[in-house]
Amino acid sequence: MRQFYGTTLSSRLMLGTAQYPSPAILSDAFRRSDASVATVSVRREAGRGGEGQDFWDLIAALGVKVLPNTAGCHSVREAVTTAHMARELFDTTWIKLEVIGHSDTLQPDPFGLVEAARILCDDGFEVFPYTTEDLVLADRLLEAGCQVLMPWGAPIGTGLGLNNIYGLRSLRAHFPDVAMVIDAGLGLPSHAAMAMELGYDAVLLNTAVSKAGDPAQMAKAFACAVEAGFLAHQADPMPARDMAAPSTPVIGKAFLE
Amino acid sequence: MTQAYTVIGGGVMGLCVATELMGRGADVCVVDHALQPGPHACSWWAGGMLAPFCESETAAEPVVRLGQEAAAWWQAHGVAVTRQGSLVLALGRDQGDLDRFARRTEHHTPLDRAGIDHLEPDLDGRFTRGLYFETEAHLSPRAALGELRTRLHAGGVGFDTALPERRGVTFDCRGLAARDALGDLRGVKGEMAVLQCSEINLQRPIRLLHPRIPLYIVPRGDGVYMLGATQIEASERSRATVRSVLELLTAAYALHPAFGEAELIEIGVDARPAFPDNLPRIRRRGETIYMNGLFRHGFLLAPAMARMAADLVCKDIVPEVMDEDLGER
Repeated sequence: MRQFYGTTLSSRLMLGTAQYPSPAILSDAFRRSDASVATVSVRREAGRGGEGQDFWDLIAALGVKVLPNTAGCHSVREAVTTAHMARELFDTTWIKLEVIGHSDTLQPDPFGLVEAARILCDDGFEVFPYTTEDLVLADRLLEAGCQVLMPWGAPIGTGLGLNNIYGLRSLRAHFPDVAMVIDAGLGLPSHAAMAMELGYDAVLLNTAVSKAGDPAQMAKAFACAVEAGFLAHQADPMPARDMAAPSTPVIGKAFLE
Repeated sequence: MTQAYTVIGGGVMGLCVATELMGRGADVCVVDHALQPGPHACSWWAGGMLAPFCESETAAEPVVRLGQEAAAWWQAHGVAVTRQGSLVLALGRDQGDLDRFARRTEHHTPLDRAGIDHLEPDLDGRFTRGLYFETEAHLSPRAALGELRTRLHAGGVGFDTALPERRGVTFDCRGLAARDALGDLRGVKGEMAVLQCSEINLQRPIRLLHPRIPLYIVPRGDGVYMLGATQIEASERSRATVRSVLELLTAAYALHPAFGEAELIEIGVDARPAFPDNLPRIRRRGETIYMNGLFRHGFLLAPAMARMAADLVCKDIVPEVMDEDLGER
């Protein structure tokens, strides 16, 4: 398994921690999914005097690697400040970097993203940038010092799945050695399976699980799908073709019906 | 000799359990550092929706079942309860959320534009589909707390800022302050706003579904509306942020542009006490009975919690929400 800044993860599923009906259900979802990473939004729940501590204690009790994020940041400065806050709060150099460029689609601001990534990498952070499938942007992020990329499947929270399969396939092919996680936009386990079939190293999702009627069961479903997609990719799938090719030869059969 | 009880905390839980005990002939004293209901209790900032079926979108079964006792209890104790149901709406591109809300809840009727117009003509036909929860109700939290306080006082219940000498069994209803004794209690921050708007007249609570900014608006009468509420995992009890208030006001504006001309008369913030599963607990330790974790369901669940706690001490019936003593001090 490709490493994430030197860390080998125990599973290929990363889960967000927002919008669950309760922390107890959040814990259940993690337990059943075997997710290896929990992303946590720092910005909103920070409070001033550690008032978010209760919730962070619950996250710590999940026993998984914590990946704080800069969700909701619209500028380089906000994102950098939030990253520093996260490093202090969670005692980790990992940061999922979001610099939002559009308030409706929440798509990344590619220019701000590269700038913030450079600042944070130079400052010793291990940056997981939330990006698009754009090859040039990917190149710039790697130049800035990122060793992991997190391209979107679709805009955050939409559940649309993989919007640009061609682009994602191409990104994977161009950077075969970079650890890459499909982040955002997944709605169904089949989307996650497809991401893994494309050769991605992991998937990250939140809403698809937290807003399901039974989050813990949906988390389990995603875990199965991630495993299925990963196994399928390893097993070297057959190429798709137009012409039918029967799996049982017809010629030479003793009796034709 | 009459059984003596002490209730610590004069928020919704404390006043409800004191009322229930008084009704059963007990000698009750309520201890709170403030002698009147006020902004120090998070129930002061509540929405006051008695909407168990709407809550079932995300709340567990006990909330829905126990919450059905609430409206009748409040009415029986002299509190004005408005039984006009509640309305759930979604803007054009969020119709999928309305379908999901309908799937996850019960006791609702689908409404079309005409149906919504009939119930809330002032919405001016802005919504084409909605859900009507006819049996739900709402009350005004501050009036309700005041009414209970008045009735308790009239019934001989003492109010004090210090613990009495003869305490008897003590009901600890301190909300988030009881974290010193309940290690698994946490705060969930909520921000709300109160508007005065004479241009629009709504009859019942309206929930506006939105993927980012879910909003409810509760009419308080005389053109006063309460907008609620954010739900943030933090125990912070002050500091309403610009972003939160902006979101609440934007959602109100989306519900009806007339709110753009409303007067912003209050911004409130507090933290709700909650256990990890967001369900309430009654927890007995020696002579102290902790009643806590009502989360966003204070006015909805306090009546059932009060009944169960009174049944525990008067009839020795173990409440269904009683959990083991985790022994944390």
